[in-house]
Amino acid sequence: MTYPIHILAAIGRATIAFFASIGSVTLFIAHTIRAIFAPPYYPREILKQFIAIGYFSLPVVGLTALFTGAALALQIYAGGARFNAEAVVPSIVAIGMVRELGPVLGGLMVAGRVSSSIAAEIGTMRVTEQIDALTTLSTDPMKYLVAPRTLAATIGLPILAGIGDVIGIMGGYLVGTTRLGFNSGNYITNTIDFLETADVTSGLIKASVFGFIIAIMGAYQGYNSGRGAQGVGRATTNAVVSASVLILAANYILNELFFFA
Amino acid sequence: MIELRNISKSFGANHVLRDVSLKVDQGKSLAIIGGSGTGKSVTLKCILGLIKPDSGEILIDNQSIEGQREAFFAKFGMLFQGGALFDSLPVWHNVAFRLLQGERSKEECRDIAIQKLKRVGLQERVADLFPAELSGGMQKRVGLARAIAADPEIIFFDEPTTGLDPIMSGVINELIREIVTEMGATTMTITHDMTSVRAIADHVAMIHEGKVQWHGPVADMDAASDPYLSQFLTGSAQGPIEAVR
Ligand SMILES: Nc1ncnc2c1ncn2[C@@H]1O[C@H](COP(=O)(O)OP(=O)(O)OP(=O)(O)O)[C@@H](O)[C@H]1O
Ligand SMILES: [Mg+2]
Repeated sequence: MTYPIHILAAIGRATIAFFASIGSVTLFIAHTIRAIFAPPYYPREILKQFIAIGYFSLPVVGLTALFTGAALALQIYAGGARFNAEAVVPSIVAIGMVRELGPVLGGLMVAGRVSSSIAAEIGTMRVTEQIDALTTLSTDPMKYLVAPRTLAATIGLPILAGIGDVIGIMGGYLVGTTRLGFNSGNYITNTIDFLETADVTSGLIKASVFGFIIAIMGAYQGYNSGRGAQGVGRATTNAVVSASVLILAANYILNELFFFA
Repeated sequence: MIELRNISKSFGANHVLRDVSLKVDQGKSLAIIGGSGTGKSVTLKCILGLIKPDSGEILIDNQSIEGQREAFFAKFGMLFQGGALFDSLPVWHNVAFRLLQGERSKEECRDIAIQKLKRVGLQERVADLFPAELSGGMQKRVGLARAIAADPEIIFFDEPTTGLDPIMSGVINELIREIVTEMGATTMTITHDMTSVRAIADHVAMIHEGKVQWHGPVADMDAASDPYLSQFLTGSAQGPIEAVR
């Protein structure tokens, strides 16, 4: 008799927990934004994070873009061959990379690398009381830890995505000219002629949003990390999973806004 | 003056503090003693707002600490039980953390940090190491140097001599006493070390089962008839305090 009630109670608990966490993430975001704009600022920390998040993600993003661009060229060529449209390879590779695959795949790769490290670092600081120590030293941990990371990721990701776009197009170019028989000059003019400014800017704005998500999820999970090594481990996993899912969801919403609204 | 009035705090079913009231006068040193896990560290964290008490109030100079936390922290220093050193920063930067936020130049801050490190018995070469490269006792002393670096008026020490050798303990006890008498700082020190209590404290509060079991001047401690305190002082396994908690 009590069995259905247990199920209902479990569903209720899960629902409440879900909305509670949406609420606390929203509050965390509001705190972070306030922390970014209100002084004191920590330029050294921002620079440090910019190097850690942006510069050291270059290899990951570059390789991802290179192989994606190359694979894309092969696929589009094979698909295009079904209706004699092999000539679209350069423009579709460029549009696909710049509008979608550059920011999304780059964002997901950086989420794996950066969300996890932010969550682990801030989580460790939480469990070893370093965050408490910051507070007693008159330093707001939101301003000192969270704001610089968020700023660095939000600015860094579009730059990474821009570099990724170029490398991805180059990957397509290499495959196109060496394997698919495209003429080098033609490939480049085709790429440039069909690409519009809006393609590039929409991709970069998406990357910026993804950067924000990556830093916020890492910081949020780390900041609210449970106790001990297990707590930090869980925070790290949650950070990567939630950042990745949110990136994909945000990508869909932004596509609707940019191209269909 | 720091005053706690009727502070209670539970973590779920674990009632850690039940109605704790304490007072430290300006320029005095209070030692908090009591068994492991009785809520001594939680008491200090409640004062700092790092843990929110369920009920009760905390007064600084007869005014609620709520709303004047920033001013409080500006003249405050704390040694955490686990050190809580910033492991991404070198030792000297840890010690000088608060100084570096002010107007002073980096060199000046570093010099002050090195002076403070000497006061806790650490050589200059330690300044450029990272916390992970230090022994436990050395980390504790760096934490101590950080707590006193900006000459605070109020200092909390959470087990300053735990993990130190007897000679170093003596050095630290002397240092804490000096800070109180020379600089007139108000201090609260959690400790299990009765030598330390006698060396540094004006007053002693013993916490047991979330309550203040005994409270009085350090001179009255030995003559007190409280069976809990006596058992604690003698370190006997027999008595009213259960060994398994
Ligand atoms: N953040 C927390 N969440 C849940 N329980 C906590 C938390 N902090 C402390 N406790 C619990 O409160 C109790 C008192 O902890 P506290 O750290 O104050 O002990 P203590 O008196 O300082 O002991 P020790 O001398 O061993 O340091 C313990 O039972 C501990 O499990
Ligand atoms: Mg403790």
